Amino acid sequence: MVIKVGEKRGNRRGERTSASGKGRRRRTASESNEIITLTDVSKAYSTGAPALKDVNLRINKGEFVFIVGDSGSGKSTLIKLLLRELTITSGYINVMGYDLSKIKHRKIPKFRRNIGIVFQDFRLLKDRNVYENVAFAQRIIQKSNKEIKKNVPSILAIVGLAGKYKAKPKQLSGGEQQRVALARALVNEPTVLLADEPTGNLDPKNSWEIMKLLEQINENGTTVLVVTHNREIVNAMQKRVVTLKKGVIVSDEEKGGYIDED
Amino acid sequence: MRINTLFYTLRQGFRNIFRNKWFTLASIATIGACLFLFGLFYAIVVNFQHIVKNAEQGVSVTVFFDAGLEDTRIQEIGEMIARRTEVSNVHFVSADEAWQSFKQDYLGEYADGFTENPLANSANYQIYLSDVSMQSALVTYLESIPGVRRVNRSEITATTLTGVNALVAYVSVGIIAILLAVSIFLISNTIMIGISVRKEEINIMKYIGATDFFVRSPFVIEGMLIGLIGAAIPLGIIYVLYNVVMEYILERFSMLTRLLSFLSVEEIFSVLLPVSLGIGVGIGFLGSISTVRKHLRV
Repeated sequence: MVIKVGEKRGNRRGERTSASGKGRRRRTASESNEIITLTDVSKAYSTGAPALKDVNLRINKGEFVFIVGDSGSGKSTLIKLLLRELTITSGYINVMGYDLSKIKHRKIPKFRRNIGIVFQDFRLLKDRNVYENVAFAQRIIQKSNKEIKKNVPSILAIVGLAGKYKAKPKQLSGGEQQRVALARALVNEPTVLLADEPTGNLDPKNSWEIMKLLEQINENGTTVLVVTHNREIVNAMQKRVVTLKKGVIVSDEEKGGYIDED
Repeated sequence: MRINTLFYTLRQGFRNIFRNKWFTLASIATIGACLFLFGLFYAIVVNFQHIVKNAEQGVSVTVFFDAGLEDTRIQEIGEMIARRTEVSNVHFVSADEAWQSFKQDYLGEYADGFTENPLANSANYQIYLSDVSMQSALVTYLESIPGVRRVNRSEITATTLTGVNALVAYVSVGIIAILLAVSIFLISNTIMIGISVRKEEINIMKYIGATDFFVRSPFVIEGMLIGLIGAAIPLGIIYVLYNVVMEYILERFSMLTRLLSFLSVEEIFSVLLPVSLGIGVGIGFLGSISTVRKHLRV
């Protein structure tokens, strides 16, 4: 059943590419297949020690990457830089063809629409139901009501919440709320999905289900970056693992595992 | 902007009002209280100015002529006076008219004993001024005209009215300015608290890629609606209250009605209505725009 719905999404993605994908393809062509490029990136907060130091990272289109490290390692800073919530102190950062150290404030919304984001604390709009939370992402990109009515139920079906579209966030379990957040992140068919500790507040069963959804999304062509603490999942999934420690990348392995702290 | 998005924004603005009931009530109460004070004060000041103006128009200077002055000369003097800019009205009172009115006011039936007009030399001009503060200048001028015997005037009334008028103008400008400043401070504070509560919501919108305009619009619509309601309520109260109070004053102090003439509620509202609504909506608009802006840098 999941695969069947996934095929439907594949079709929708195809439609979008033929309609508006041209500009993006032209922009990223110069970067070959790289969708995220960080060259000698450092980020220092005004308060003290550097959060990231000389980070070099290249992520290709369609990759699935875990970013791991204990608290204070710079994971959150990295996510914030990729979202352009923060600006780098030095170096070069390019995401989907956008040079983030030069991007103008008014261009940021357009840039972010190509990024799906999922947080540990879900960050749903509490006073709106599941349907409206997901539809909200479509309203921002000014989709017509007709399209919204078609796309939202289809994405809710993919995350397994078709029957709960009327529920308010507080009526849902943590796992369900994270699925809503995931549906919201995916409904605009982003090129990149950033998940910041997506399983941090979930039990093992729900954690695995969310990870499987992320894997499935990745198989449909979306580049997925997952920041996590979850050793078991990282070790089991055998994906690329980038380990940060005190703001420096200490290892970057294909099919890696969680590196234990000394 | 798509029609679709426009309707969505409007709908969200309306919904926000109900979503944050306490915030909405607090804001409406703040705006309402400030604009009520403003309206009340405005009504009092405008009426006061109206009364002073009326009193001013009742102040007159009387000019008497030398005994036996020819009618043509008297007419000439009348024309000279009428040409003065500070003069609003010149009224000629003949000796007979003066006697008639004196008889009526003071003598009543005892007047029958007089066979001749004892006020034969009392023909005069009653001069009404458009600006009381110019009275002494006018009197100096009148006294210099050949043929003028005497000029009567009430110096105290004129200077008092001039002083009161200036005082009312200064005080009212001062109080209205203070009221407005307090309103703006209170209202933007209330809006700021309301929006801080929704900071997270704004953050989420920005993360998903909402433009500043998209995030701001529902808040601005909400702010303007709150301003509108906040202005409409005190206006309604003042409208009803004004009529009631006027009726009470005129009934209770009927002997004052000759002295005091009040403006009608329509005259008050011809200014108060647009100004209050403008202030309410304007404060709602500016308050929400400036407070949301602080949270948009995400």
